[in-house]
This record gives sequence, C-alpha cells and structure tokens, in this order.
Amino acid sequence: MNLPGTPTAAGRRTQTSSQHHVAVWSVAIVLALAAPWVIYPTFLMKVLCFALFACAFNLLLGYAGLLSFGHAAFFGGSAYVCAGLAKYLGLTPELAILAGTAVAAALGGLFGWLSIRRSGIYLTMITLALAQLVFFVALQAPFTGGEDGLQGVPRGHLLGFISLGDNHAMYYFVLAVFALGFWLIRRTVHSPYGQVLKAIRENEPRAISLGYDVNRYKLLAFVLSAALAGTAGALKALVFQLASLTDVHWHMSGEVVLMTLLGGLGTLVGPAAGALVIVALENELADKVGPWVTVIMGSIFVVCVLAFRRGLVGELLALRGRTDIDPS
Amino acid sequence: MTVFGISSQALFGQLLLGLINGSFYAVLSLGLAVIFGLLNIINFSHGALYMIGAFVALLGLEHLGMNYWTALVVAPLVVGILGVLIERTMLRHLYKLDHLYGLLLTFGLALIAEGVFRYYFGVSGSSYAPPEELQGGVDLGFMFMPLYRGWVVLASLAVCLATWYVIERTPLGATLRAATERPQLVQALGINVPVLVTATYGVGVALAAFAGVLAAPVIQVNPVMGSNLIIVVFAVVVIGGMGSIAGSIVTGLSLGLVEGVTKVVYPEASAVVIFVIMIIVLLFRPAGLFGKQA
Repeated sequence: MNLPGTPTAAGRRTQTSSQHHVAVWSVAIVLALAAPWVIYPTFLMKVLCFALFACAFNLLLGYAGLLSFGHAAFFGGSAYVCAGLAKYLGLTPELAILAGTAVAAALGGLFGWLSIRRSGIYLTMITLALAQLVFFVALQAPFTGGEDGLQGVPRGHLLGFISLGDNHAMYYFVLAVFALGFWLIRRTVHSPYGQVLKAIRENEPRAISLGYDVNRYKLLAFVLSAALAGTAGALKALVFQLASLTDVHWHMSGEVVLMTLLGGLGTLVGPAAGALVIVALENELADKVGPWVTVIMGSIFVVCVLAFRRGLVGELLALRGRTDIDPS
Repeated sequence: MTVFGISSQALFGQLLLGLINGSFYAVLSLGLAVIFGLLNIINFSHGALYMIGAFVALLGLEHLGMNYWTALVVAPLVVGILGVLIERTMLRHLYKLDHLYGLLLTFGLALIAEGVFRYYFGVSGSSYAPPEELQGGVDLGFMFMPLYRGWVVLASLAVCLATWYVIERTPLGATLRAATERPQLVQALGINVPVLVTATYGVGVALAAFAGVLAAPVIQVNPVMGSNLIIVVFAVVVIGGMGSIAGSIVTGLSLGLVEGVTKVVYPEASAVVIFVIMIIVLLFRPAGLFGKQA
C-alpha cells in the first residue's frame, strides 16, 4: 500500500479517481435510460424537474452564497408562460419552454438587480416579498385562471413532428433537457466565472479588493439560476399539463431550499439527490398522512440544520475522506 | 358626509382597519428587530408564534373558559416559554454559524407548527368574540367606531411604546444594547449574556403572541394567519430597516395606513402595495428608511 502524500500515490489516486468517475457516470446514464421501463415515468419526470430546479437553486446558494426565498416565482412564472403559450397559441414544446425560460431569466434579472442592493438575510426577505408579488399577479391576472390555474395544457409535438403525448417519449425529452441543464451548471461551476463566485461567497471584501465587480457576478448568477429554475418549471407544466398557484406559492420556494439542504449545499449532485428523496417522500406519504407531510418537511429542515448541515452527498464525501466537497 | 366622493364611513373605516393592521406590523417587526439585534437571527417562526398566541386564546376559551383578559396574559406567557425552549434547545447551537441557518431552522419550525394546527383545525377559520366590555361602538360624528378596534390600536401602541421605553431609557435596556454591540465585553463585565439572549427571544416571541390575541377577535383565527402576515412583515422590515426601534413602530403603522387608503382608492392593489413600496425604497434608499448601510 502506498503512503498517502507520495507523488506516485497522488498520481495514481487521480487516475483511479477519474476512471472511477467515468464508471459512475456511465452507470448513472444507463440507469436513467432504463428507469422508465421499471418505474412509473410520471414519477421519474417529476423527480427530474425538481432535480433541475434544485440544482439551479444551488448554483445561487451553494456557489454564490445567496439565499433566495423567491425561486417559486421563476419556477411558477415560467410554468404559467409555457402553459399559456402552448395552450392558447399552440406553440411547440421547445419554443414554449424557451419562452418560459426567457421570462424567468428576465424576472431573475429584476429580482437580482433589486435584492443585491442588500446582503445576507435582507436579500432573502426581499426575494420572498418579490415572489409574493408574483404570486398575487398569478392569483388576480385575467389569463392565469385564478384558483384553477391553467389546466389541460397540450404537450404538443417536439419540433413540430415528434409527439410527446406518450409518457416514455416525454420522459426522454425531460431527461435530455435535464442533462443539458446539469451540464451547463457543471460547466459554470468549473469555469473561471464559477471560481470567482466561490471567491465572493468565501470572502466578498477580498474579491472586491482584487478588482472584481462583485455585483455583476452576483447578478449573472441570479439570472442563470432563475433561467434554469424557469426551464424546470416549464418542463413541469408540460409533464403535468398544468400550471397552478402551487407552483408560485412560497411553499415551493421553501421546498427547493429543503431539497438542496438535504442533498448537500454546494455539491453538484446533492440537490438532485435531495429532490429525489423529497419527491419520493411526498409521493409515498401524501395519501397516508395528509397534512402531516408539512410537519415532516419542517422536521427534516430542523434536523438538517441542527445535525446534518453537509447533507446526504456532503456526508458521503466526508466519509470518503475528501476535504473538498466538489464532486464531478 | 363624503370625502372625494367616498363616504366618510368607508374611508375612515378602512383607515382604522389599516391602522389595526399597521399595529400588528409594528408589534411583529419590533419583535423581529429586538431578536435580530441580539441573536442575529431572523425569526421566520414569528408568524407561527403569533398564530399560536391566537389559538391559545381560542382554545382557552373553548376548553377552560378562559376569558379575553386572562388570555391576553396567558398566551404571551405560554408562547414565551415555548420560545425559551426553542432558544435553549435549538437556536443556541447556531450562533457561530452563518445567519442563514437560523432563518432555515425557524422556517422549519414554522412549517411544523402550521402543519400540526392544520391537522387539528383545518384551514377554515374560527371566530373569537370580543370581550363584553368592548362590544358595541361609539359614533365619532365622521364615523362609527367599534370599541374593540379602538382598543387594539391603543393596546398595540402602548406595548410598542413600553418596549421602546425599556430598551432606550432603562438600565436593563442599556445592558441589552451594549450586549447587541459587544457581547464578549458585556460578558466580561459580569453580565450573564446567554440568559439575556434567552430572555430576549422569549420576550420577542411573547410580543408576537400578544398581537395574536389582539388579532383573534378582528380576523378569522386559522393556522395560516401567521404565514400570510409574516411575509408582509418582512417587507416592512426591509422598508424600515432593523436598526431602530422607533423606526420599526413608525414604519409599521404608516404602512398599515397606506394599505388602508389603497383599499379605498384602488382595492385591487391593496394586497401588493407594501411590496411595491419596498421596491421603491430599495431603488432610492437601499439601506431602508431608518437603516444603516451594512
């Protein structure tokens, strides 16, 4: 056995580690492709939508250190836009999703522009209040269907000729969009831009003193995070053929925080794992315990904050003895 | 009698309702500010504790025959003790961490409280009758004022002023302010800061419960009454800034009034007017009306 720290051991470890990664990712891809033939596709699609939502949220909280409590506005706002365009104008799914994403990005720019004037918990409170504004718009605007939401949204034909009506076709489409979003987040985190974001999270005054325009970096993080959250919301609207007030309610903002926290803040796959656990829990428990679901979610929050701050993936990485929680 | 084409009864009635809402904003944002000052935690469960205060009054009346005046003392006590337990068992472990964890923990607690009460009481509200002494009203000439509503405004103002007096004008308040600025130094001077912190949290949430009991006869008592309110109170806190006690009171009351006026002039916007004001304040005075730029 090589002594840790010797050059050969270190070299070998990097090599085995990258081989290891290829193996893990290959298994993950095969599992993802085979899953809908074993597990109910609608459940899987829900998991993927929320996984993308949580990963997008984590880009802002885990890497830029900004806690937004208003992400439901991007998720739900985009769901409404996508559902409305697909339902009333008959837009093809990819265009409807792009439109939803664009609106979410614009909203993210607005939220970011307003909220980064303050920092810390003030920023959190501002995003929550702004999202509540969006909620009231969704509640009262004439085209959102009020309490009913937009129902019976057609999934349509991808690029005009591939029908997404079948759950399996829809699943692979959702999987492809998720993979694209996840890849984008991974690229962002590992880019020089992502490094600067982490620097701002760790020590903002020092980042400023090094000449970085901190507010521009934060704003861009807001826009990116909101846009991808919007993609997730638009996908969800097509999967369930529904955009409703639940999507813009502050509970949704809380839920994505919980998924991220449970999975592991600042880890790439953590939020996706958290989304899987929470969606599965909700599916299992909703019929059995009714209102206690909220209590269980609240308890998970409390336990995570008090005793489990690294989250599932963070703990796993800590067990493997890695000091940097940045798997990929 | 009409003012600007609106009957004075409608106008002043809405203004009074606005003032009542404003009193609740003031009492709640005051509690948030006091807690934030010493604990550096934004208490997301403030709304839930306000709701529990109202439920203590309601359940006390139904099961123990507890009258309103007793409830006004008992509910803050019960919730205050609950607050002390929360601080001792949970919040205490978070002071060395990022502020965000305190917010997340108290958010979780709020979800638990809301879920439990929803299980037992559903989402529809129950009403709570005002005490006999305060039923009926007086005709002020320009409007008819229900006695209870006048009492709510007076009682909240009295509590706000008392809190302001204790913090700004008494030796205890001076200690508290000193501990906010330099906890270690105050500890070194022989003052038991951890006890002070626990007590502050207890009193802060007791204020929320007091507001809950005051609110019980005016609104429907239901499990979500707190979460609907707390988001508005957060906006109030952003507008006013948490640096000043008097600032919190003034901001709370005036925003309530603005909301009341909006209900008369342009009812559709009344739910969002405070958020819109928040945006305007952020654009022109990012630190808040009474805040210091952090």
